Amino acid sequence: MCLAIPAKIIAFAPGEESRAMVDVVGVRRYIDTGLLADDPPRAGDWVLVHVGFAMSKVSEAEALDQIRILNALGEDDAARQEAEGYGDRAELESS
Amino acid sequence: MRFVDEFRDAAVIGKTAEEIRRLADPARQYRFMEVCGGHTHAIYRFGLKDLLPPSIELVHGPGCPVCVLPMGRIDDGLAMTAEEGVTFTAFGDMMRVPGTRGSPLEYKARGADVRIVYSPADALRLAEKNPDRHVMFFAIGFETTAPSTALTLMRAKARGIRNFSVFCNHVTIIPGIRAILDSPDMRIDAFLGPGHVSTVIGCRPYEWIARNEGKPIVVSGFEPLDILQSVLMLLRQLGDGECKVENQYKRVVPWDGNRAALAAIAEVFELRNYFEWRGMGFISQSALRIREKYADWDAERRFSVPGIRVTDPKAAQCGEVLKGVLKPAQCKLFANECTPERPVGALMVSSEGSCAAYFNYEHRKTLTQIAVPA
Repeated sequence: MCLAIPAKIIAFAPGEESRAMVDVVGVRRYIDTGLLADDPPRAGDWVLVHVGFAMSKVSEAEALDQIRILNALGEDDAARQEAEGYGDRAELESS
Repeated sequence: MRFVDEFRDAAVIGKTAEEIRRLADPARQYRFMEVCGGHTHAIYRFGLKDLLPPSIELVHGPGCPVCVLPMGRIDDGLAMTAEEGVTFTAFGDMMRVPGTRGSPLEYKARGADVRIVYSPADALRLAEKNPDRHVMFFAIGFETTAPSTALTLMRAKARGIRNFSVFCNHVTIIPGIRAILDSPDMRIDAFLGPGHVSTVIGCRPYEWIARNEGKPIVVSGFEPLDILQSVLMLLRQLGDGECKVENQYKRVVPWDGNRAALAAIAEVFELRNYFEWRGMGFISQSALRIREKYADWDAERRFSVPGIRVTDPKAAQCGEVLKGVLKPAQCKLFANECTPERPVGALMVSSEGSCAAYFNYEHRKTLTQIAVPA
């Protein structure tokens, strides 16, 4: 649970400035970037995501390293499942 | 060196391990505690123990939120599912954790509305989409997770979402470390500091460990090389007679932490006078509760919480394992009554719990070696 998952910010939700669409280990979902209010990320930036919230900005090289460690720890599937929201994603993101 | 070869920096890892062996005084015994369960998992998974000389022992610390949660709190949270129209939400890690009358998943099988969420924000969205239900989020975690719960509550209040509440079980890492240091049967020479907790709190909160307790601490990342470098940094400090806080994980952890995240915690939460940690007993000022101004979203105020206290089975030695006094396999129940498939204690449930990590990587390996003699 305490491992952070790297995600690339694709775009921000219109009208909700801290809600960002990201690519997390191949899955697209929304995350909240409100905890980076002091230094807000932009589209194209990489962030480490923990329980749906961006916790820190990282370089692309660092993000790719983190993806490697998730794979090696065997946690990439768990990360993907988490990101998919266990089937609730479509319901949560409709409308 | 099982998984390490997969890493492109295998050569650097080899060099670092060599330097560790060179610096470690074979005449003395080093006991380093990795506070964070994520480190425990990585150490077993990558077989890092095999790279260290026998004089260095890595002791597993209390930094696994699922593991330190007393069973009574799980019962308290699940008791809320008895109320009409309540949806119980929690992270996947919580779902198999046994309460007195079963785990959240078993409650679900018996008809309770129990759902896994990836994020507290997903629980809030579920509440928005289901105005006829009351969605309760069972919040656990250290300072890594607390800001996300806090911001979710701030959003719930700002958007006026009234059918949502949080059952707060957030704990804070520093009092846990203090309790370990105060424990009379504990001898630790130095600490590997938690990586992701420190992205929030920074490195300053550890300064007393170096200054007052005389123990070096290095905040560490999670890759094999990170952990080995951190061990090396601790050895260097001990060898040079130094004692300070160092940050090995600079590429992610700012020395002063994340101000916005700390501000969110301070806005929503205050310290409880005391809180029970499973296996460690009551620790003062070691947990967070929801402030009065967010009372309408506090499940503990909205529901009647029975305040159940459950004593762990006498034979289970979770407390000793959690404090690093015993190794997982030294517990009487280990691999007998208590396995990842049928956990008795929480250390066997979470992949970050030292018993589950030990079982999955060390114990199963031993079994394979016995079954298939080389």
